[in-house]
Amino acid sequence: MNPGRSRQSGTVLKYLPLIAVAALYLLPLAWMLSVSLKPDAELLQSNIIPEHPQVDAFGQVMRSESFDFPLYARNTLIIAVLSLVGMVLSSAIAAYGFARIRFPGRGVMFGVCLATMMIPFPVIMVPTYMIFKHLGWIGTFLPLWVPAWFGSAFNVFLLRQFFLGIPIELEESAKIDGCSTWGCFWRIILPLSKPALAVVALFHFLTVWNDLIGPLIYLSHQNQFTLALGLQFLQSRAGDTPWNQLMAASTLIILPVLVLFMLAQRTFIRGIATTGIKG
Amino acid sequence: MTQRSATVQGLLWTAPWWLGFLLFLAIPMGFSLYISFCDYPLLQRPVFVGADNYRELARDPVFYKVVGNTFIYAALAIPAGTVVAVLLAVLLNRKARGQAIFRACIFVPTIVPLVAVGVVWMWMLSPEAGLVNQAIRPVGQLVLPAAQALDNATDGAQWSQPILGVAQDLADGPAWLDRPGWAMLALVLISLWLIGSPVVIYLAGLQDIPTTLYEAAQLDGASRVRRFWHVTLPGLSPVILFNVIVGIIVTWQIFALPYVMWRSRSGPEDATYFYTMYLFDNAFKYLKMGYASAMAWVQLLIILALTALVFWASRRTVHYRGA
Repeated sequence: MNPGRSRQSGTVLKYLPLIAVAALYLLPLAWMLSVSLKPDAELLQSNIIPEHPQVDAFGQVMRSESFDFPLYARNTLIIAVLSLVGMVLSSAIAAYGFARIRFPGRGVMFGVCLATMMIPFPVIMVPTYMIFKHLGWIGTFLPLWVPAWFGSAFNVFLLRQFFLGIPIELEESAKIDGCSTWGCFWRIILPLSKPALAVVALFHFLTVWNDLIGPLIYLSHQNQFTLALGLQFLQSRAGDTPWNQLMAASTLIILPVLVLFMLAQRTFIRGIATTGIKG
Repeated sequence: MTQRSATVQGLLWTAPWWLGFLLFLAIPMGFSLYISFCDYPLLQRPVFVGADNYRELARDPVFYKVVGNTFIYAALAIPAGTVVAVLLAVLLNRKARGQAIFRACIFVPTIVPLVAVGVVWMWMLSPEAGLVNQAIRPVGQLVLPAAQALDNATDGAQWSQPILGVAQDLADGPAWLDRPGWAMLALVLISLWLIGSPVVIYLAGLQDIPTTLYEAAQLDGASRVRRFWHVTLPGLSPVILFNVIVGIIVTWQIFALPYVMWRSRSGPEDATYFYTMYLFDNAFKYLKMGYASAMAWVQLLIILALTALVFWASRRTVHYRGA
């Protein structure tokens, strides 16, 4: 055997499992797209490339009364943006307090903050519903974004770790020049923390986009539905929604997050790696 | 800065967190603990009934059913997920051109909204046209004659019946969503598709293992497999522990996927009726807020107990470098 060929077979052995695994993980999504492009007559055929691809299902599902895509997308975006701004700002402020202000009880408070990450959502599901019901917020978007303005333990932790890595000398010299603590935070720390803030923003956006149980509990009218709730509703109606339309609706929901992922792929993966490992 | 002004400043800066902690966690949890000892149909005032809810829970057959289902799901999904995620991470950690693209492919499913995941997999698992069954049927048709031969050779012994049954299912293509056992396996299968986050965390863990350890092992003549067992796995063990604990917390809260995939909400013969779903139903369908709150506290205790158990069991097997 000549050396060139053995190197070649080595390359094949190296890439074959990688390609196989990647294909396996993409297959369901490819199939979703394929079914969404199939005419009704082809639905039960197993070919992955439609014989007569068409985009009719997208038009049908957009026009159908039970899945008002533009409205649901608008609702989801309103909730996502309102809660995103609050989540990033308030988590950053609290994280700065834990990272830079020395005050008695800080260690204990931060410990409590970490411990709360363990608490599963169902434990507070009932009482928070009561609180919002008492406030008259059921059937509005408020329960879905106001809590985000109080940060989340996880994001506070993530940003604190990041802030601790920024040399404190920058702030000390700014303070000598008369910069206030808020000024240090706003003009030095925040601009230097863009990668970490992007991670928080991205993951929070995904959480809101994907959330089913929140909208399910708090929203009551169909004209308030988010995309996730709308798709759930479309799917659960007595089986008269054709599969190509369901898949078209799914594709429409996935597309925005997919584009976001492709634009910010590095941020995503770095974010998970750093947050996961330091837990 | 004086002591007092430091305290004021610290409390001001951390206010978003501790206000949120009080408003959306501490007070609700206190309230939840109180109403778990009350009879509280949503529209009336709560009436203190002592431990009645907890006693009723102990007699409730549906409670045992959902605890059992959730336990089985966790016991299947966590070990399977750990093996698959570690193997994928090792595979994706090898230097290759386009490494980032391969990693992205594994990660993409995790950003898909769970509702859409449910819809896509209902179609993937559909008995006739589903892609999964198209792959499985040929395997089943290979296995079936062997199972029949075994059955004949043992004169239809009792223990060979389940084997024959599974082989028959595989050959016909299992009705994944309509049969209890297969429905549970379907959810485990989907959980393996959604494994991107742990894989990325394991990848970061692999990069933390010093290469000198691998070089030393290689010098000592350790094979690839032995290097995996004696360098990679011990090096990853703290990360495995972390992922298993996150896995416990996540699997005990499974809700959206089965909620979407079974219109009955509880699956065939209640096989995919999980803890959080029953809690949700008690709260928002039967409006038994006190009972649901008692369930929530029991769930928290179960998760804490399982986490403590995992910590205890891992004390000899997890290696912390520099410790």
